[in-house]
Amino acid sequence: MILVFAESTKGQFKKSVFEAVTYGAKLAASMGTTCAAVTMGEVSDAGQLGIYGAAKVYNVAGVGAFDSQVYSSVLADAAKQLEAQVVIMPVSSTGKAIFGRVAVRLGAGCVSGVNALPNLDGGFKVKKNVFSGKAVAEYEITTPVKVISLMGNTLPPESTGAAATVEALDIAVPAAKVRVKEVKTIDGIVPLPEAELVVSAGRGMKGPENWGMIEEMATILGATTACSRPVADTGWRPHHEHVGQTGVAILPNLYIAVGISGAIQHLAGVNQSKVIVVINKDPEAPFFKAADYGVLGDLFEVVPRLNEALKKYKAAN
Amino acid sequence: MKLLVCVSKAPDTTSKISFTDNNTVFDESGIQFIMNPYDEWYSLVRAIELKEQAGGTVTLVNVGPASNDVIIRKGLAIGADDAARIDMDPKSALSTAQQIAAFAKEGSYDIVFLGKETIDYNGAEVGSMLAEMLDMPYISFATKLDVAGNTATVSRDIEGGSEIAELETPFVISAAKGLAEQRIPNMRGIMMAKRKPLNVIAPVEVAEQIKTVQFELPGEKSAVKMVDPENMDELVRLLHEEAKVI
Ligand SMILES: Cc1cc2nc3c(=O)[nH]c(=O)nc-3n(C[C@H](O)[C@H](O)[C@H](O)COP(=O)(O)OP(=O)(O)OC[C@H]3O[C@@H](n4cnc5c(N)ncnc54)[C@H](O)[C@@H]3O)c2cc1C
Repeated sequence: MILVFAESTKGQFKKSVFEAVTYGAKLAASMGTTCAAVTMGEVSDAGQLGIYGAAKVYNVAGVGAFDSQVYSSVLADAAKQLEAQVVIMPVSSTGKAIFGRVAVRLGAGCVSGVNALPNLDGGFKVKKNVFSGKAVAEYEITTPVKVISLMGNTLPPESTGAAATVEALDIAVPAAKVRVKEVKTIDGIVPLPEAELVVSAGRGMKGPENWGMIEEMATILGATTACSRPVADTGWRPHHEHVGQTGVAILPNLYIAVGISGAIQHLAGVNQSKVIVVINKDPEAPFFKAADYGVLGDLFEVVPRLNEALKKYKAAN
Repeated sequence: MKLLVCVSKAPDTTSKISFTDNNTVFDESGIQFIMNPYDEWYSLVRAIELKEQAGGTVTLVNVGPASNDVIIRKGLAIGADDAARIDMDPKSALSTAQQIAAFAKEGSYDIVFLGKETIDYNGAEVGSMLAEMLDMPYISFATKLDVAGNTATVSRDIEGGSEIAELETPFVISAAKGLAEQRIPNMRGIMMAKRKPLNVIAPVEVAEQIKTVQFELPGEKSAVKMVDPENMDELVRLLHEEAKVI
């Protein structure tokens, strides 16, 4: 059986969970088994995971604020009780904190950040990006139980089934040692690792006062904003917007880069984007080599023009 | 406070990546190695700052061959007190964590620091594994760490925001941007580093649970399609009709 950890925030699932369940259901089908999902604490409408292919949905009650020791103990015990062959979780702050712990608890071989369905031909082989997106590695997991985490946007969630009934799973919840005091999130913005559309800008913007047009483009598109490292380092934009080798690695469907030169460290974190648009006034900017569409021109003229064109398109569609 | 900082080597960020042995082994020839930026810039510096405030020791630990000594000496020059190198070429996150766990168990450290991930294999796995092996709490992707007595206040990155928590030592913590500001070693630090102890330790026996099948380089991008800067309607049309992303 394949077990997907369906993490929730304030009782809600993110898209990455639906992706992981879809992935788990597809893997289960090719392994001739079924996929189940396990949720923790209070979750509203956990049964909806059935729609994405979970044959069963389990809930472990009594799990509170995040503590990696508690979550990994519960998940590993659930995997043992349900005799899971493969445990899948999304790449997320929660996933990254418990991934290694769960693998150690289960004595399972593990690969994090997997970006395609496993190749089951002569073993259990999975691929992931390495060297910050400069290469892809294929690993074979050789243990009977396997733990993997799934990169966001690897495959779209597919609604194939009907809602499942939720069954309570009786698992001891250890006491937390970490006391969560406060959770601060900016509501209404899709976080960068999950974003399908990203509008990013660099030093070519000249100063933070010019970011209005970048935010406008993001609003028109429903995109998340990002920036290059020097822009975050000089405080023009917040640190969490910094993408690249030493920032957030992203793989959106569309990445629009405005006034960014395309240094190798920047490209490392963004070159997995499905479509890249580069707006730059320097024909020699290295970013053009990594781009699908290029616009050679002054961003202060091009971006307002693009925003008008996008508005026109949005109004018509 | 006894602080342990795990440091890893990583290829310089400008490195061109290639492979040998039928694409199964990373080709290290001509690669300049550096200390993994998250280890050097944030985790090591925050440990040194805590020692400066409250006293104690900062020990570095690296799993790797003798060629890593240059990187370890740099860490000593930045301000660590002593270092241990576990003499093994690390093959996976698991075996790396097992080596560090065996070493750390001997030392009863209050806080074990790591960088949030390495920039080569990008696993972010070692910290979580190590915390489990040491049976300690784990704070991942920390952007803030303050310690008073044996109680720590931490802030860590979560999706679209941050989480603030409290816990008691001992624990394992991984450092993200914001935890500290990079320090450049000065001449005095470099001179002193030469005399600081760097102990070479024999590895414990470990069994691998994954095998590298092969590496691939991403396919070449097809040539960029240039769009007239006067005609942004055309770009929007291409994104909608050709690329189908909006
Ligand atoms: C160890 C290390 C790690 C790093 N990690 C990262 C990382 O994670 N992410 C990252 O982004 N960088 C990283 N860097 C920095 C990287 O090397 C580059 O310095 C950085 O990406 C450059 O940012 P930029 O493109 O915004 O600025 P610049 O390189 O200054 O480029 C600005 C661009 O804007 C264009 N421009 C200027 N004015 C206009 C205009 N009016 N209209 C149109 N175009 C205009 C210019 O032609 C130029 O191409 C790292 C560096 C090191 C050494």
